[in-house]
Amino acid sequence: MDINELKSHALNIRRNIIKMVYNAQSGHPGGSLGCADILTYLYFVEMDINNNNKATIDRDRFVLSKGHCSPALYATLSEAGLIDEDLLSFRKLHTKLQGHPNMNALDAVDMSTGSLGQGISAAVGMAIANKLDNNNHRIYVLCGDGESEEGIVYEALMAACHYKLDDLCIIFDVNHLQIDGNVQDVISPLPLEDKAKAFGAYVEKCDGNDYEALQKAFNAARNNKGKPTVIIAETIKGKGVSYMENNAAWHGSAPKEEDYKIAMEDLKELN
Amino acid sequence: MAKETRAAYGEVLSQLVKENKDIVVLDADLSKSTKTFEAKKVAPERHFNAGIAEENMMGMAAGLAASGKTVFASSFAMFATGRPWEIIRNSICYPELNVKICATHAGVSVGEDGASHQACEDVAIMRALPNMKIFVPCDYYETKALIRHVAEIKGPCYVRMGRGKVEDVYDENTVFNFDKVDVIRKGNGEIVLFAMGLMVQEALKAGEVLDATVVNVSNIKPTDEEGIIELLKTHSRAYTLEEHTIIGGLFSLVAEIKARTDIATPVTPIGINDIFGESGKMADVLEFYGLTADHIVEKIKG
Repeated sequence: MDINELKSHALNIRRNIIKMVYNAQSGHPGGSLGCADILTYLYFVEMDINNNNKATIDRDRFVLSKGHCSPALYATLSEAGLIDEDLLSFRKLHTKLQGHPNMNALDAVDMSTGSLGQGISAAVGMAIANKLDNNNHRIYVLCGDGESEEGIVYEALMAACHYKLDDLCIIFDVNHLQIDGNVQDVISPLPLEDKAKAFGAYVEKCDGNDYEALQKAFNAARNNKGKPTVIIAETIKGKGVSYMENNAAWHGSAPKEEDYKIAMEDLKELN
Repeated sequence: MAKETRAAYGEVLSQLVKENKDIVVLDADLSKSTKTFEAKKVAPERHFNAGIAEENMMGMAAGLAASGKTVFASSFAMFATGRPWEIIRNSICYPELNVKICATHAGVSVGEDGASHQACEDVAIMRALPNMKIFVPCDYYETKALIRHVAEIKGPCYVRMGRGKVEDVYDENTVFNFDKVDVIRKGNGEIVLFAMGLMVQEALKAGEVLDATVVNVSNIKPTDEEGIIELLKTHSRAYTLEEHTIIGGLFSLVAEIKARTDIATPVTPIGINDIFGESGKMADVLEFYGLTADHIVEKIKG
């Protein structure tokens, strides 16, 4: 793992997230920027997916349960060379880059998501199929902390533990913010660590914007047998853009021209 | 002979899981009632209980189907459609995944359990979903053929079955064509009765008295629009018979088709009139809601 190379990819991804949302004047920049390092790690280090196997299911799979962070997914797939769509078509009529991911539009998108909580449930189904087929692929799913207010998340956790889905890795992207404010003020599902353990999952905690920490957590997940892994990844919503960091106002708002200039300046080079 | 449609489901499903290793069965703690336990006996490794968590059952079904499986997911019609409706919409219908929702205990005929368990809106809410195909078999033999049919076609399907025993309309030699509505009795050209599910048997009895044409509409979506138009054209009065709310079900289907034509034939609904059901024996409940042949004849004769 070359950390500088990953950081360089993540910088490109963050710049593209801002470009896409600015160009569309619509989309979700905050959470997308926050989870960009997790996606970079998954697609450049962790997952077995390439242009030869992307059209098949004979590979690792990733479900973006927090589907509104589609700019991060599209920008990462593009950076990894897994899609060749014009990223600026995002959210425009007839684009394959729908506002929320459409699995039938792109081979590299593994599940249609957008309605919160449903991706984790679909990932449980994928992990069951993986076991039935005696495959040793890994199934990854990224859920938000706000998303974890949905009851289906716990139904899915219960099933994942009951069926001992140790190829399943559930990543909770904990950025402490949702549309209406701080999750602790809106209605708190935290601490997720205790809840995941209570269902019987193996839990790792890490800084979701730190590659060494992510590597340690994902390696531990690979070595865990007999139960699913839950990685609690603390991230900074809006990471990389000064005025968006830790600011719920940028959950689903597009930058205006002045904001765009500042953002691109913030994302000019590695720091 | 009277038999349960869900018994046919269990029998055929237990054959299908033997024939096709890509079939996976899900249930939500009702496998003995929905009869999916019959498939579990044959292929326990491909039967998964979601527990009393129907939303997650539908999400898991989507994930399994996105991994190449043909999934049969069962519960009572109330809990297989109403509670997980939005998961069915976004995770199954939008990505057009191969999930067969086979629900039992539909309609007021579930009986003693009462309103909370009497799904009379299921067809309406499934009809509104793009990519969803909907079938309502009327008897044991049609159910057997239909379950094989939905296993073969691609994409999401909803199959509506009941709880109680219903008289045979067909037999083991019947060849079904699920692209067409089935005219099972030809009348004198005055009255046509379009019926769905267990109302087909009542329609047949009423049809004898009225000398009406009786049509089994088991293919609700996509339906046989041409066939329905032809029957409307060739009869003076049409009635729809359904153990379902008259909003969004069979009446709506026929009335919507008629409204797009210049056919004058009036269409009158006989069904559940926008009210909740109540407890009682199957026969008593059907009688109370006017869904028996005597009531149908009385209503049509006026």
